[in-house]
Amino acid sequence: MSTSLNDFALSNLSRRGFLKGVGATGALVLAASWGWQGAFADEQKFGGEGMPHGVVDDPKVYLSIQADGSVTVVCNRSEMGQGIRTSLAMVVADELEADWAQVKVTQAPGDELRFGNQDTDGSRSMRHWFEPMRRCGAAARSMLEQAAATEWQVPVAECRAQLHKVIHQPSGRELGYGVLAVAAAALPVPARESLRLKQPGEFRYIGKEAMRAIDGQDIVTGQAIYGADVQLDGMLYATIARPRVYGGTVKSFDASATLKVAGVLKVLEIASSPLPSEFQPLGGIAVIARNTWAAIQGREALEIVWEEGANASYDSIDYRRTLEAAARAPGKVVRSTGDLQQAMDAASSSLEAGYYLPHLAQSPMEPMVAVARCKDGHCEVWAPSQAPQVTRTRIAERLGIDFENVTVNVTLLGGGFGRKSKPDFIIEAAILAKAMEGQPVQVQWTREDDIHCSYFHTVSAEYLKAGLNADGMPTAWLHRTVAPSITSLFAPGMTHQGAFELGMGFTNLPYAIGAVRLENPEAVAHTRVGWYRSVSNIPHCFAVQSFIDELAHAAGKDPLQYQLALLGPDRQIDPRSLSDQWNYGESPERYPIDTARLRGVMQTAAKAAGWGRELPKGRGLGLAVHYSFVSYVAVVLEVEVKDNGSLIIHQADVAVDCGPQINPERIRSQFEGACVMGLSNAVLGEISFKEGKVQQSNFHMYQIAAMPLAPKKVTVHLVTPAGDVPLGGVGEPGVPPIAPALCNAIFAATGQRLRSLPVAYQLQGWPAKQAQS
Amino acid sequence: MITLNLNGQDHSLDITADMPLLWALRDVAGYRGTKFGCGMGLCGACTVHIDGRPARSCITPVSAVVGQAVATIDNLHHDPVGQRVQQAWLETGVAQCGYCQAGQIMSATALLKSNPAPDDQQIEAAMVGNLCRCGTYNRIKSAIHLVASKLQETQA
Repeated sequence: MSTSLNDFALSNLSRRGFLKGVGATGALVLAASWGWQGAFADEQKFGGEGMPHGVVDDPKVYLSIQADGSVTVVCNRSEMGQGIRTSLAMVVADELEADWAQVKVTQAPGDELRFGNQDTDGSRSMRHWFEPMRRCGAAARSMLEQAAATEWQVPVAECRAQLHKVIHQPSGRELGYGVLAVAAAALPVPARESLRLKQPGEFRYIGKEAMRAIDGQDIVTGQAIYGADVQLDGMLYATIARPRVYGGTVKSFDASATLKVAGVLKVLEIASSPLPSEFQPLGGIAVIARNTWAAIQGREALEIVWEEGANASYDSIDYRRTLEAAARAPGKVVRSTGDLQQAMDAASSSLEAGYYLPHLAQSPMEPMVAVARCKDGHCEVWAPSQAPQVTRTRIAERLGIDFENVTVNVTLLGGGFGRKSKPDFIIEAAILAKAMEGQPVQVQWTREDDIHCSYFHTVSAEYLKAGLNADGMPTAWLHRTVAPSITSLFAPGMTHQGAFELGMGFTNLPYAIGAVRLENPEAVAHTRVGWYRSVSNIPHCFAVQSFIDELAHAAGKDPLQYQLALLGPDRQIDPRSLSDQWNYGESPERYPIDTARLRGVMQTAAKAAGWGRELPKGRGLGLAVHYSFVSYVAVVLEVEVKDNGSLIIHQADVAVDCGPQINPERIRSQFEGACVMGLSNAVLGEISFKEGKVQQSNFHMYQIAAMPLAPKKVTVHLVTPAGDVPLGGVGEPGVPPIAPALCNAIFAATGQRLRSLPVAYQLQGWPAKQAQS
Repeated sequence: MITLNLNGQDHSLDITADMPLLWALRDVAGYRGTKFGCGMGLCGACTVHIDGRPARSCITPVSAVVGQAVATIDNLHHDPVGQRVQQAWLETGVAQCGYCQAGQIMSATALLKSNPAPDDQQIEAAMVGNLCRCGTYNRIKSAIHLVASKLQETQA
């Protein structure tokens, strides 16, 4: 890794802020054209203020009231199933004293100078935008009250907004919001300090159950607009044959058969980008046709000779050996507390274990798709994007047009999970639309494209060794994590994890252990590694929570009691004291790690699951707890392993402390879904490479959970923390504890410890074999 | 030209006979409620009804449905059972991203028409081919039970 990079500064920033930091080394000079402050100026800013373009709380940007009284709230975050369009509108409507039935939502195009940061990732939409959206609503409410006071010629203190009208309290006169809208809009926005925000007891929608989902009706009637549903006159349809090996290029191609396919109009080459390719398209040969089917058939008829390039030797079986060997040797020390060697030497016994997790593909149900139209030096795109601003920037750069001449419209996302933070597929549409000047072009990825050309969740080997005292409790703790880093997308030679990856359940290990050494040996990336829902928390949590369960059993202790003992006395830990300089971009003072909250969720989940109860043969309970995205989550799974090796998840109890709950119904749905996605990861998920190419092609080979694998019963227990704590993340933190809880439950059920994922093929046959022996 | 009966109306479409029904619906006839997920009949996002039976439109060539009634999510609110399913989906808060839900709702409606009171195993058997990456399966099951209970109330 380049020593000129300031790892702290890089990782303290957002994903794009991070890129800017890389750009500062000259590795990515294009980054300098983004036009926002220097990477190092933001060091002391946290939360939404620390993101590129920060937050905006101007009601004139974010809401409008029509003459009929209907209120339109602009949503600047991408909707991908987390319910943010509903939840942010609830916040505005509550402070505005609006009638929810009269609230509509429109989606902001990519424009961060106007709307503040729009990167929908990191489980931070609500935690960064709750307060600004409250202020928008409160400011507008105040302006409506002022407009009514002026109309009535009375002191504003006598006027009070209540459920879509302003009431003059002494006289009982009323004016509706629609009538007041024009006069209110002409008033200056009151200063932030002067706003009267509601007390929690006054909330009408915030924290309440069963709010009408803004997009619900459109979804169930098939009218919701996702990326592929944008329909423009004269639109053409394209598919692209991309290099299967990362860094591959087209050596030669023959499109003569393609051009004979009915409906095919044109074949174009898209240039590949040098590695690392960041968010640029992989390149390849595009087939443009009158409909998607013709484009698919035309692509099949292409004859392409590829130059595979340096990554053609990437082989997952070999690479696993490389990672596991690296995990057994010393590496870069990223945290050192106490004297590990001395503590290991003094220990009465020790235990070591290695864990392995393969690559995964996000594979949202909506494959990548985008529509673009270029005309007279302007480019307009419609796409399911988690990152509209960087999309706009990259399109402007790639087409050589001004940023101002690019419009990025954000559709609903048919799932994102991190994949749609990368605009490669949208840039493809822009390139083709430019070539077809004036005609809109839709680029549709097939499922095979999605699985072959993802930005994959990293592959990881984890090694742990604990020195134990006479009670079987660890006094020395060594953990090595080895995994290709997301930073490898942005600059050459990035072989260590960034602080933002290490800070996901590795460096911020909160346990009361005297000597801790954490190491990160090198790993070279041979494919595009990208964000996947909960990111590096997946391997770190799997290893740590599996290992603690192993230690508990080795000590002959109950895993819950062992976990509680390991957690030690309740305390608030400054993440900086754990070498976590990142802390999910949040202030270390405002967001310490609170071990009482970890204890609370563990006890809640265990109690709800009936921890310790007698179970029928073949069943077991497994516990895991994890802090991520500044939220606290514990899971207990009740698992049955059948004689044929199949799994039944009878019950899942998920306890969540994510701070105050804004839309509890959507919080529960996120954790229910995360449980199923966690099971996909643990039981089925594996992307493997051979000769540089992904071996899986569609859902028969890259399997994801179907209904029978979902828990027969899943209950999300929302724990309300004591005191004044800030909001935590919701979208991602439900995923990491599922896999270790599952494997801990399988151990409880069968006595077999599974240390690598996925578990499905490892279970086939062995329970029966075990019964025979 | 191939004539297809889509949502109760005949449409003459300029398409090849091997075109999967999915693309004829979406790109040519303009019914965009039906979604593309895998192209191999593996995920169920493209589920439609053909003469009332659930079918994966991504692997059904248009030549196979000439003369049959094709129904999609776009018109389901005119179907009494379909309408109840849609209502139950809203009441249960099933959808997250919603992309697969058109297919889920079409499969659930077909199930409830053939079996108005399915148990959990029957639901799993009928819905196993409809994938949801957001993981809404438990709520799908609850919503189907909710429809079943309302259908029984109506009959009682």
